[in-house]
Amino acid sequence: MLADFGYGILVVAFLTSVYSVGAAFYGHFEKKQKWVESARLAMQLTFPLLSLAALDLLYLLATNDFNVSFVYEVTSRDMPLYLRLTAWWGGQAGSLLFWSWLMSAFATAVTLRNWDRDREFLPWVVIVSSVTMAFFIGLNVMPFFEENPFARFWASTLDGSVNAYTFQPANSVAFPTPDMVATFDGNGLNPLLRHPGMIIHPPMLYLGFVSFVIPFAFAIAALVTGRTDDRWIRITRRWTLIAWLFLSLGLVLGGRWAYDVLGWGGYWGWDPVEIAAFMPWLTGTAFLHSVMIQEKRGMLKHWNMILIILTYALIIFGTFLTRSGVLSSVHAFAQSNIGPAFFGFIGITFVTSISLLIWRWADLSSEAQMDSMLSREALFLLNNLLFIGILVVCFWGVIFPLISELFTGQKVTVGPPFYERATGPLFAGLVILMGIAPLSAWGHSTIKTLGRALWKPLIVTILVTIAFVAFAFTNREVINDYFPYAIIGFFAVAMTAFITLYEFWRAARARSRAQKENFFISLWRLAGRNRRRYGGYTIHLAVVLMAIGIIGIEMFQTETQVSMSRGQKIEFSGYTIEFKDFYSFKYEDNRWVNRAEMNIYRDGQFLTMLAPRYDVYPDGQPMTIAGVRSTMIDDLYIILVNWEQGSADLAPFKIYHNPLVNWLWLGSYLFIVGTLIAAWPDKDPESLPARVRGKQTPVYQSTSAD
Amino acid sequence: MSQSPKMKFMVGGLLILAAVIYLIVSSTTASAQYFLTVDELKAKGNSIANRDLRVSGAVLGETIEYDPNTLTLKFVIAHVPGETAQIDDEGGLAEVLHQAVIDPSRQKLTVIYVGAKPDLLRNEAQAIMTGKLDENGVFHADELLLKCPTRYEEAVPEQSGPAGN
Repeated sequence: MLADFGYGILVVAFLTSVYSVGAAFYGHFEKKQKWVESARLAMQLTFPLLSLAALDLLYLLATNDFNVSFVYEVTSRDMPLYLRLTAWWGGQAGSLLFWSWLMSAFATAVTLRNWDRDREFLPWVVIVSSVTMAFFIGLNVMPFFEENPFARFWASTLDGSVNAYTFQPANSVAFPTPDMVATFDGNGLNPLLRHPGMIIHPPMLYLGFVSFVIPFAFAIAALVTGRTDDRWIRITRRWTLIAWLFLSLGLVLGGRWAYDVLGWGGYWGWDPVEIAAFMPWLTGTAFLHSVMIQEKRGMLKHWNMILIILTYALIIFGTFLTRSGVLSSVHAFAQSNIGPAFFGFIGITFVTSISLLIWRWADLSSEAQMDSMLSREALFLLNNLLFIGILVVCFWGVIFPLISELFTGQKVTVGPPFYERATGPLFAGLVILMGIAPLSAWGHSTIKTLGRALWKPLIVTILVTIAFVAFAFTNREVINDYFPYAIIGFFAVAMTAFITLYEFWRAARARSRAQKENFFISLWRLAGRNRRRYGGYTIHLAVVLMAIGIIGIEMFQTETQVSMSRGQKIEFSGYTIEFKDFYSFKYEDNRWVNRAEMNIYRDGQFLTMLAPRYDVYPDGQPMTIAGVRSTMIDDLYIILVNWEQGSADLAPFKIYHNPLVNWLWLGSYLFIVGTLIAAWPDKDPESLPARVRGKQTPVYQSTSAD
Repeated sequence: MSQSPKMKFMVGGLLILAAVIYLIVSSTTASAQYFLTVDELKAKGNSIANRDLRVSGAVLGETIEYDPNTLTLKFVIAHVPGETAQIDDEGGLAEVLHQAVIDPSRQKLTVIYVGAKPDLLRNEAQAIMTGKLDENGVFHADELLLKCPTRYEEAVPEQSGPAGN
């Protein structure tokens, strides 16, 4: 049986990773390199093993083998093949396997590199990776957790009850029975998840989560071996950047999916699941910045360790929380057996890491002192404090109901207004720092030196802000309660954008004069020579664009709810919206489609037709698909709300006007570009693969022999 | 200034810490929502009028009134216990909601919500609302979430078809 084979492979993979941990420990303490090498090979073996298990599961999903309970839970016969395959991460058991599989791929990739200079790190990187992997495979393998993706249905011959078990219980037969197999159908994936955004959003998030394990593994290796210089940071710099890119993309894609599918006119609702994915991003971003201080100035070594340890803990926590899925309630965790296991694992790894850090505390002291409040390192430290401030706000919001219940006996919750209010000023501070910090010098900066680089962009910013306020006063309908905050927000965003653009322009112009090149060639070569700096600037510009979108939708969104009869027209935010027609029909996959056609006019001119839909799937699950007209200025977002049979002439609509939201998505494209620039491999011989370096050696020897 | 750099950084750090604490405390007090049961809400009476609240209860199916022209929805909820442990003791959420609806002695609360009628609004659904209580004891909901425990998909197929007969 394929399902039993898959489970067997998982058991072997689990034992292999446990062996890898043991062999690495033994090899390290007995000083036997052979055992360390064996541990590395064992860890690499988990990749083909888990790939085989994954292929097995994919085959079961593709062939509708509903005897397997996981296949039954996440697929059904009416789902197209690509959805049946991507249902791999549509349920908990499968996504745990997906996690382990990614972990084994990354651990293999990182241990394929040449280790000559860093041999003492190897056993510890193997141990951390294999322990993490063993935990996740263990959840799949141990029948107690009930997360085996290969568990099968068995019908009891005594009372006819059907249950999923890894091993056949006594007095039972396989279910569905042979006469049922041809017609028996699975539960199917929740229609809300049958969306391209939902297909790539979880893997992106997981890629980000899993790849952050690698820098953590190196950090622990550095702590244990006492090699507390910045070597571990240099080795993992690109890993961290790529991990961060995936995590960021995962978050943005999740927002885009919510905007397109959930039909509430927003992209981010501050619910605990979103926050769980956001928290490691905060510590990860702080980490990316503060490691630069360690590289340049040998400072903040304790802090960097704390950040990467926190990130790892938050990633495991995030995997646990996000896995519960969009639709389950907090209540569902209690019923899952894996909750205590996750908390136990987080607790043990966290305490162990912190103990190691305390043990090495004295070795991690700073090599320099911070003495200027405006130096680059001081501003980076401030940036870190702001990120941690946001983290604390998020964490407080999540645990506040528990705390208040504990102390007052009264359950008190905080919603989106709490997060917006508390994090808003911190985000604004970060945007301003993003502009100013790159101008300051390492070691020492004064108001004077900063002012010289600042005053020109600052004047442009003030002019633009005045123009914005003037525009608002001529179009008074945009002025709302948030308006003063919006001015501050736009000021911060504009300042950072102009400073960053001015930096690009100044450097490129200086180079084009000196080298007598075309300005754009200079810009290109400049970015190529100093990818980290200009990649970083590009990311900052991208964040500014995203901030414009966020300010637009958060502070200027307007909405209305209205019942319209066919042919009726309404005015909303400068648009004329006409409810023109309505269709209700059955689609080929048996879902019932309700489709309204709305003509959109502006100043009497026909712009477009929008078709908001309300689809009802055979199992009764509805799905709201907004009709959206999207431009760089605003989105007109129309939802057909909960349309009920029998009133085709009168339909309820919810209409949103979302100014500038497109800049959020545009910014995320630039974000990818910037991160790729920053992470692009340069010709530093250390980062070349070993075999290329190996080839260079003979050449060097032959010339020296001459 | 004669202060040592370390001192300056300590002061700067403390200022940021104070700012973050201030933001958290003030935002918490400004936007905290009390999560109450119908009994707790009735016990507090007018002392909590016009405060942001979260209330949950069981929907009484026959009380649902909906005017599609004005999108005004009106219904009555009955008290259900708030403690997860107590709900589990009394046989799970579905059973607790059922008991609440058939028990005439339960405290009741009238709710008004402006918006389209959600599909899940039906007899014995759990309604979780955010909003304010007015002087007449009517709850005006800004947000309406519904849970129907019976709709939760079972991980195990129901025994039906040939094998069950």
